[in-house]
Amino acid sequence: MPGLRAIRRIYAIFFFALFLFFIFSTDFQHLKGYEVSFFLEIDPLTALAGLLTSYTLYKGLALSLIIIIPTLFLGRFFCSWVCPLGILNQWLSHFANKRRPFEEYKINSYRSIYRIKYYILALLLVLSAFGMLQIGLLDPIALIYRSFNISILPAFDKFDAGIYLNDPLFNGGIFISALFLLIILANRFLTRFWCRVLCPLGALLGVCSQWSLLRIHRDVEKCTDCSKCLQFCQGGCDPDNELRVSECHVCMNCIEQCPETALHYGLAKENSSVSKPLDVGKRRLVETMVAGGVLYPMLRSSISAHASPAPTVIRPPGSLAEEEFLARCIKCAACMRVCPTNVLQPALLETGFEGLWTPILINRQGYCEHHCVLCGQVCPTAAIRPISIEEKIGQKPFDEPIRLGTAFFDRGRCLPWAMQTPCIVCEEVCPTTPKAIWYRPTKVKDRHGKITLVKQPFVEPATCIGCGICENKCPVTDKAAIRVTSVGESRSKNNRMLLEEKKVI
Amino acid sequence: MEGKKPKKKNRLETLQGRRLFLKRAGRLSGGAAFLAAGGYMAYSDDPVRRTPEKIHFLPDYRVEPSKMYPLMAIVRGSNVDSMVKQAVDKLGGVSRFIKKGDTVLLKPNVGWDRMPEQGANTGPEVVGSVVDLCRQAGAGRVLVSDVSLNDPRRSFNRSGIEKAVHDYGGEVKICGSDDFVMTDMGGSLLKVWPVSRFLMEADKIINLPIVKHHSLSGCTLSMKNWYGVLGGRRNQLHQDIHTSIVDLAHALKPTLTIMDAVRVLKRNGPTGGNPDDVVRENTVIASLDEVALDSFSLGFLGLVPDDIPFLAMAEARKIGQVDWRSLNVSQSQLG
Repeated sequence: MPGLRAIRRIYAIFFFALFLFFIFSTDFQHLKGYEVSFFLEIDPLTALAGLLTSYTLYKGLALSLIIIIPTLFLGRFFCSWVCPLGILNQWLSHFANKRRPFEEYKINSYRSIYRIKYYILALLLVLSAFGMLQIGLLDPIALIYRSFNISILPAFDKFDAGIYLNDPLFNGGIFISALFLLIILANRFLTRFWCRVLCPLGALLGVCSQWSLLRIHRDVEKCTDCSKCLQFCQGGCDPDNELRVSECHVCMNCIEQCPETALHYGLAKENSSVSKPLDVGKRRLVETMVAGGVLYPMLRSSISAHASPAPTVIRPPGSLAEEEFLARCIKCAACMRVCPTNVLQPALLETGFEGLWTPILINRQGYCEHHCVLCGQVCPTAAIRPISIEEKIGQKPFDEPIRLGTAFFDRGRCLPWAMQTPCIVCEEVCPTTPKAIWYRPTKVKDRHGKITLVKQPFVEPATCIGCGICENKCPVTDKAAIRVTSVGESRSKNNRMLLEEKKVI
Repeated sequence: MEGKKPKKKNRLETLQGRRLFLKRAGRLSGGAAFLAAGGYMAYSDDPVRRTPEKIHFLPDYRVEPSKMYPLMAIVRGSNVDSMVKQAVDKLGGVSRFIKKGDTVLLKPNVGWDRMPEQGANTGPEVVGSVVDLCRQAGAGRVLVSDVSLNDPRRSFNRSGIEKAVHDYGGEVKICGSDDFVMTDMGGSLLKVWPVSRFLMEADKIINLPIVKHHSLSGCTLSMKNWYGVLGGRRNQLHQDIHTSIVDLAHALKPTLTIMDAVRVLKRNGPTGGNPDDVVRENTVIASLDEVALDSFSLGFLGLVPDDIPFLAMAEARKIGQVDWRSLNVSQSQLG
């Protein structure tokens, strides 16, 4: 019979491998119906915050109940048994450890800075209650998905791992890498710094586990106060003292370390020591919530894409209207991983601060593939709705295609318009039927009087879907002579220019 | 102080004798000489040291001409597989073109993420039966490659070509950005250009184009299909599309060309999308003369050779003959 610690290790390896498998499988070739957003869907913080911002527990997010309900009974097991970021932090803290044993005892005892995560949680939840979803910045699952999708996987593929056909590039990807590296490096100074001090999901599960039935108990008669139980303690929950049950990951290391078998996991027995309640100052908590209440109107009073439509904020097909989109998107970058053309990019401040790292289309990098709907398939929160190809391209029973924006010619840069040179690559690649780009054959005279017959292109806005392939393939390589802006996007009622969107015949 | 061990920070330097001095000075001089030599060798008037790029040349993939067989075989019918095989048989059978152990590269048109019934890519049935023919002739490897305009993995998958190729024992080769080699095309417009490296690996090449409408050149036929071996900023070639098509056809001399005119995209090319723009013409043409083949295939699009400048230009470069009727052409009807 393997010990509880061995069982926990098997779970940790299994879940981390599963996480890597899902990240790897999130592409056109390997998707095959795997629930690749599984870890995002079992994340109770995503579910709760989404519930606060949009009053629904969207489909797969109901899976979060399989984490939250057992936590009520068993304690905060998620952090060391399931969470890929927690497991990664644990391994790195352990293997990169240069401390001597007595320092381990010191470093693994409870510190008051561990309270910070509860205040972070309170702040993020207050913002969510106002309708502003910022948990994605710090939610560990969204954070590790984003870091792997944007940073680790493309970096790994620089050594020709064969994950991508052509390595993707990401807008300001280095900031996402840097945050991840900081989190990893912090383990050098304090074991599982992220999990103990900052993680808002850990805080939420900590709150839920404070009433747990089963927990670690210390027999005060058997205990000799040797503190050996602290040597490998993952949560920093003082098993040598009155246990801080909200900090305890039930990693079971203390039980196996105890030379006196004074510790056990289960119901209290005779001589079992009491546990300490959640260590959060009520005054601080109220202060944080007030801060959230103040922060919300401040953040909302800056220019953003939902205050007034922004030309470069082109969202993936099936995206909700901007305000609803921001209320659902957790910045996990699953859409950017699955996008076959690398057009989906993490926004920096283009959409306002709220939209940091949410997906936008940068058409010089890629374009929206006409028959591709993968981003909506992998989105865990339906910020990008799962749409069918028929809905996207406007085939029966749908009347209208989904428009992302509208293309405009820059006649000063366009070869047939400005340079008496034949081209119309944009017309060739235009995927709609009939093509949204049409042309008029025109005889043009150059400065020497030589006459050339060129086809001068135009856009028909009622047919254009804003996919951006024209901008992407335009031979004017730096700033294309045809560019898509968000006006005319289906998801917005205001971002329109034509009085009546003509039906496509 | 004698007898007392010096503290850690007060440890004393050993005095240098002549021997030690020479030893240390010698080591330093060696290091200095190494630095100086390195500096001398690295010195250059150029800001960047460039190694000259290796330039490849395209071989001639054609087989010996023969008076015994026609130059072009047009087969109409309903079963694509037997039409393809009949067309090749008329030209002398597959063994005339493919020898045992040959590496054969097939170049279908897989430009777009479209389904077979949309007629934007070569039909998977045609590609499948050509792979099958090559395998029957004992080809060592059958590679199928194209440089798609849409996402290549989606294009190969959703066109049905990936499955057809795997079913008959061929290999799909998708070109990533590292799969191109600089090649001297020897053209008037196309000089040195990045070309798919799989061309250099092949002993024989079979061009598998499709008949399609194209708004700039008027049509996409066999000669235009060679755009799909190029990398780089190939959309700049549109600025003189006719010259670049002729340059390509001049540089690439395939073993055989088999034209898919089963489903013909008549409008809104080359991307298509609407099955209503596609008409079934149920024809397969095998040819050794791409100019004659293109000249014949124009008919499906309601065009005549005078509409298409690149045909006369190609004839002037001695690539082939526009007047296909004066050649030895076999026409047949199957079932």
